[in-house]
Amino acid sequence: MLRGDARGRVPDWGGGHSGRSGRRRRRPCCRGDAGLSICRGFQTEKDSLRSLTVSTMIHSLFLINSSGDIFLEKHWKSVVSRSVCDYFFEAQERATEAENVPPVIPTPHHYLLSVYRHKIFFVAVIQTEVPPLFVIEFLHRVVDTFQDYFGVCSEPVIKDNVVVVYEVLEEMLDNGFPLATESNILKELIKPPTILRTVVNTITGSTNVGDQLPTGQLSVVPWRRTGVKYTNNEAYFDVIEEIDAIIDKSGSTITAEIQGVIDACVKLTGMPDLTLSFMNPRLLDDVSFHPCVRFKRWESERILSFIPPDGNFRLLSYHVSAQNLVAIPVYVKHNISFRDSSSLGRFEITVGPKQTMGKTIEGVTVTSQMPRGVLNMSLTPSQGTHTFDPVTKMLSWDVGKINPQKLPSLKGTMSLQAGASKPDENPTINLQFKIQQLAISGLKVNRLDMYGEKYKPFKGIKYMTKAGKFQVRT
Amino acid sequence: MTDSKYFTTTKKGEIFELKAELNSDKKEKKKEAVKKVIASMTVGKDVSALFPDVVNCMQTDNLELKKLVYLYLMNYAKSQPDMAIMAVNTFVKDCEDPNPLIRALAVRTMGCIRVDKITEYLCEPLRKCLKDEDPYVRKTAAVCVAKLHDINAQLVEDQGFLDTLKDLISDSNPMVVANAVAALSEIAESHPSSNLLDLNPQSINKLLTALNECTEWGQIFILDCLANYTPKDDREAQSICERVTPRLSHANSAVVLSAVKVLMKFMEMLSKDLDYYGTLLKKLAPPLVTLLSAEPELQYVALRNINLIVQKRPEVLKHEMKVFFVKYNDPIYVKLEKLDIMIRLASQANIAQVLAELKEYATEVDVDFVRKAVRAIGRCAIKVEQSAERCVSTLLDLIQTKVNYVVQEAIVVIKDIFRKYPNKYESVIATLCENLDSLDEPEARAAMIWIVGEYAERIDNADELLESFLEGFHDESTQVQLQLLTAIVKLFLKKPTETQELVQQVLSLATQDSDNPDLRDRGYIYWRLLSTDPVAAKEVVLAEKPLISEETDLIEPTLLDELICYIGTLASVYHKPPSAFVEGGRGVVHKSLPPRTASSESTESPETAPAGAPPGEQLDAVPTQGDLLGDLLNLDLGPPVSGPPLAASAVQMGAVDLLGGGLDSLMGDEPEGIGAPSFVAPPAAAVPANLGAPMGSGLSDLFDLTSGVGTLSGSYVAPKARLRSGFGHTEASLSRAAPAVGHPEAGTPGRPGRVLLLIPRLTWSSPGGPGRCGPSESPLQVWLPAMKAKGLEISGTFTRQAGTISMDLQLTNKALQVMTDFAIQFNRNSFGLAPAAPLQVHAPLSPTQTVEISLPLSTAGSVMKTEPLNSLQVAVKNNIDVFYFSTLYPLHILFVEDGKMDRQMFLATWKDIPNENEAQFQIRDCPLNAEAVSSRLQSSNIFTVARRNVEGQDMLYQSLKLTNGIWVLAELRIQPGNPSFTLSLKCRAPEVSQHVYQAYETILKN
Repeated sequence: MLRGDARGRVPDWGGGHSGRSGRRRRRPCCRGDAGLSICRGFQTEKDSLRSLTVSTMIHSLFLINSSGDIFLEKHWKSVVSRSVCDYFFEAQERATEAENVPPVIPTPHHYLLSVYRHKIFFVAVIQTEVPPLFVIEFLHRVVDTFQDYFGVCSEPVIKDNVVVVYEVLEEMLDNGFPLATESNILKELIKPPTILRTVVNTITGSTNVGDQLPTGQLSVVPWRRTGVKYTNNEAYFDVIEEIDAIIDKSGSTITAEIQGVIDACVKLTGMPDLTLSFMNPRLLDDVSFHPCVRFKRWESERILSFIPPDGNFRLLSYHVSAQNLVAIPVYVKHNISFRDSSSLGRFEITVGPKQTMGKTIEGVTVTSQMPRGVLNMSLTPSQGTHTFDPVTKMLSWDVGKINPQKLPSLKGTMSLQAGASKPDENPTINLQFKIQQLAISGLKVNRLDMYGEKYKPFKGIKYMTKAGKFQVRT
Repeated sequence: MTDSKYFTTTKKGEIFELKAELNSDKKEKKKEAVKKVIASMTVGKDVSALFPDVVNCMQTDNLELKKLVYLYLMNYAKSQPDMAIMAVNTFVKDCEDPNPLIRALAVRTMGCIRVDKITEYLCEPLRKCLKDEDPYVRKTAAVCVAKLHDINAQLVEDQGFLDTLKDLISDSNPMVVANAVAALSEIAESHPSSNLLDLNPQSINKLLTALNECTEWGQIFILDCLANYTPKDDREAQSICERVTPRLSHANSAVVLSAVKVLMKFMEMLSKDLDYYGTLLKKLAPPLVTLLSAEPELQYVALRNINLIVQKRPEVLKHEMKVFFVKYNDPIYVKLEKLDIMIRLASQANIAQVLAELKEYATEVDVDFVRKAVRAIGRCAIKVEQSAERCVSTLLDLIQTKVNYVVQEAIVVIKDIFRKYPNKYESVIATLCENLDSLDEPEARAAMIWIVGEYAERIDNADELLESFLEGFHDESTQVQLQLLTAIVKLFLKKPTETQELVQQVLSLATQDSDNPDLRDRGYIYWRLLSTDPVAAKEVVLAEKPLISEETDLIEPTLLDELICYIGTLASVYHKPPSAFVEGGRGVVHKSLPPRTASSESTESPETAPAGAPPGEQLDAVPTQGDLLGDLLNLDLGPPVSGPPLAASAVQMGAVDLLGGGLDSLMGDEPEGIGAPSFVAPPAAAVPANLGAPMGSGLSDLFDLTSGVGTLSGSYVAPKARLRSGFGHTEASLSRAAPAVGHPEAGTPGRPGRVLLLIPRLTWSSPGGPGRCGPSESPLQVWLPAMKAKGLEISGTFTRQAGTISMDLQLTNKALQVMTDFAIQFNRNSFGLAPAAPLQVHAPLSPTQTVEISLPLSTAGSVMKTEPLNSLQVAVKNNIDVFYFSTLYPLHILFVEDGKMDRQMFLATWKDIPNENEAQFQIRDCPLNAEAVSSRLQSSNIFTVARRNVEGQDMLYQSLKLTNGIWVLAELRIQPGNPSFTLSLKCRAPEVSQHVYQAYETILKN
């Protein structure tokens, strides 16, 4: 009795392209008026939903700018009305800053998974139980691909290249399954636009769509195309480490860890087989490899053995955890004080080197979010330039190089709102810096060998240490 | 030279112009036109009108143009099915193309065109492509089978595509294997019974081999598929784990998390003594930590999963506390998750560090985060006993900062600490009291009031403090009002001499000036308690409270085990099984951790033993998270009234001597109290007289509203009058009663619904007094468990009051999402029960919130005999879904008030009904005597027509009438001293007899 037969009902998704005018529209609370018709109404709705449930990984993608306009939509199955983004807009309004919009938003019939990159929200619409990391990783891959294709990933650039974008998206996902996400392969399928090619295409009528199957896609080494040829054979490796650290008031380290990567630029002819060995491989106990790395060899010999992709790629990323002792290359001396009685506060910070293995610290920038009560700051730097934005209360000091003989400092006063009590929170100081020719973890490459090809390549290794999220509490 | 030119339009009308261009002879112009069409599509413009023109461009050797047309087709074919047929020929031709890229493209696009007519033509090309020599085509075709299955499952089965797909699992190319697995999993998900992926050691081996070679996305499909396999013993489990472990080093976080899922699941089968078990544990930590250095969105999902993992196996991350320390510029959603995990990992070993961090967070800018940090300090105190003292002093430090919301939050958590460690930290009360004035949030005010009430005997000026709150009583939120009422009653019981006036004031504020039913109910209960038996009141109100539990928000173990099987999925983000939220959960299979079937069954530690549920067993996980949480937060919202039941005689006396004697004995205020009853007696007697109900049916009687407005006001007035006299006021209670008739609540006849609400609530809160609740109130039954209703739990009961049947519902939201738009509907039933009003839930029901609703029922609905007679099928709808449940209602809610039959009539009818319609029942173990039976039955509208005494036995002749006019006649034989009664029922519709008997049982024994 309660179960009405509702087969063959055509689902109605509110269809069309209602745009933002259709926002805040909700399903009516209740249908029918008398007797059991309500029950039957319920049933139909439910069943029609069921018939709609298709297990697709990613149903649709919307690109939304920070002012809340949808400027691109792509559907891999049926068209999902853009009114579904209303739920996203609501979350966007609730969040104080764009960064704080939650990455997973449930709606009555869909889930919205989003990433925020380059001031664009990439919102994926999914309808069934899917691994959210799968979707988020894929979205990141989309962002990376756009950047790779167009140099920058921004709203105007995407709008300018909308057809290529569409073609690329279609190539990346089939029925919700990722198809080709390696940009090496994508670029063979859809050629990235260049001014020259656009001109040539216009004249000759040729296209930017490759008509040959990418060679690497199905080989045992899908990441490398065959028949690569270079006149100058070279392989460069950059070991880049970022320190994430929290330093407390007194200067002692609360937590510090290192995120390291080895990025490679390999331009070698043919099918080279490389091995890379380290002086101190024990440091690498938490690693993620590019698929090209032979894991067995690493497990047994602690040697990286691989046939490299052609061009730029990330060979390895590693993590040196907080449990190991991490050297901290800089220190910050600070004296930031507010007094209850006075409307002036003192501000003084000094930056100095520490555990740098004799290397120079460069590109130092200090930023700090000052408390709301601070009206303005009158500061004098011993070097570099500083700015204070009285609206956002953001202090930033571009220090430059640190000369150990003459430590850079920034001193002065802060003017507070007259009569207001002293601020509750202590500002946190964020530090950016770079140290060339040093991997702070102490990681060192021992040697790089090449097998399988006869020529002698040019090899190079560079080291660099940078600040990641480096915070000093005051 | 950019694509933005495609957006420019002319005045003539875009579509018109495009149409012309599409039909142009020039190839180049055509292509540009199609690009313009695509560009319009990307911004959501409807360009479906151009369908025939675009399809005409399809026959081309230009691959880009072909692709663009295909893109268009996929979007619009559904809206133009007949036109789409035009494209079929080209598709079929393209599937024969020598270029594998074009073959694949054609088969892929055809699958995306969800038009029935096209699918018929798709079969042959698809069959060829599945066996294509080029693996690129095969892998595309594998996905196409899943697409086709989604459109027409029967067709796929009939054509044997499923078998072909299964064969592809053994394909030589790993990419083809991965796509075949993905397609099969997708099909299997929609048809859980199909057993498509019958995993056996051989196929597992193939998958594991393919795992090493296929792309990252394929690895995810394969790992997820592996996770569904149950190895036959621990050796097999270990060997799979060994082969999956390298995936932990993958750069793709989704691969890592899927690998973690497989390992966490199969670990369950490994003995903890095994060396390998320890190795595996060690290997799990680094990848999880690494996930936390990824982008914030990935971190968030990782953190939600880590939250599950640390609950299941805390040993994995116990040394990694520091990575969860919050960074200043983490997004707020990451900060809050990190905080949660920090508390879970907090132990004696790291508590100092954790506390220092939390204190630091409490000085940050973001208010939500600061609040949660302060709460976290409280949770640490409750979790790690050794740290409690340090936590309290940290909280005191924070209170000294005088930051308003920090102070308030701190006071709320200190209240919890008091509950956990009673009589230990009272020294801080003085500090708390200093901040009394700055509290402006209800929760903090309520907490502070609770503390003052609880420790009233140690706070010299407790009465002053509470009095200061009382001034603005009506402006307070309900939470504060309730707490204030309880606190003052506590205070009064502790210091009766000084606080009479205060308690009197609050009781009158709560019962008379407030229109909040909860508040009034609690006020009346306290009033009754204080008046009838102050000693009992003391026992009830000042009863020892149970300690609050340490871990307040642990996920219930069976649910946790199920969620572990869903690591990496949305379920793990929401901490709910997919069945609870996946739309149209067709084929949602409950997953459970594998039992440990070790070949060498060794010592199982008790910790893992419960997880050993047999595979396939449905886990009835009830998310009790909400309950546990409620336990902590709702402390003392209702005093444990389940204490001493009020003796029947006490109540009867109470009706005469309500507050008088009781309070007097408490206060030693003898003479006035004795004088009082003379004033009190008339109204007290008058009320039952008006009601026409016998004395002694207890609490419900006092407030019974059977005879409408007149009595209604009377019953409201009565306590007030009595109280006053009890306190020694000499004014006549009756004269007092007169003005009170003008009380808005009592005097408005048009609002019976509101008033009705009072009674069931009142009785629910005093389950300790059996019999006094009136027979019709039975305890709430869970009708719809949250598991079956996506988080909505419905419990309820039926009552009949004042001639109105109502369904008292309690809706609890155990989901994580707000529920709105409630509606209810009954199926046709035997007595035509139907809702007399719509189900009104005024505010959206937020998670863990409970709302109680009394739904008035009418018997005017359509009638259909149900089996059993008293079953009722109900549909409840909310914004999430529609849910169905069925329940049995007690028949006595249908007994009408005018069911008393005239004596002569009774005799005539009794004779008239044939003897075969007579049914006899035994009512056992009923200790009541004939009077009590009679009066109790009468309150449920079973009327005694006559009573005879035959050979020492009492014979009661009774009648009742059902709402649909059916009369039931009864003869009840009671032997003094024998608790078994004999009930004979006669009725023209004998099928109701059984249910009437049950009603008797319920009424007499309840």
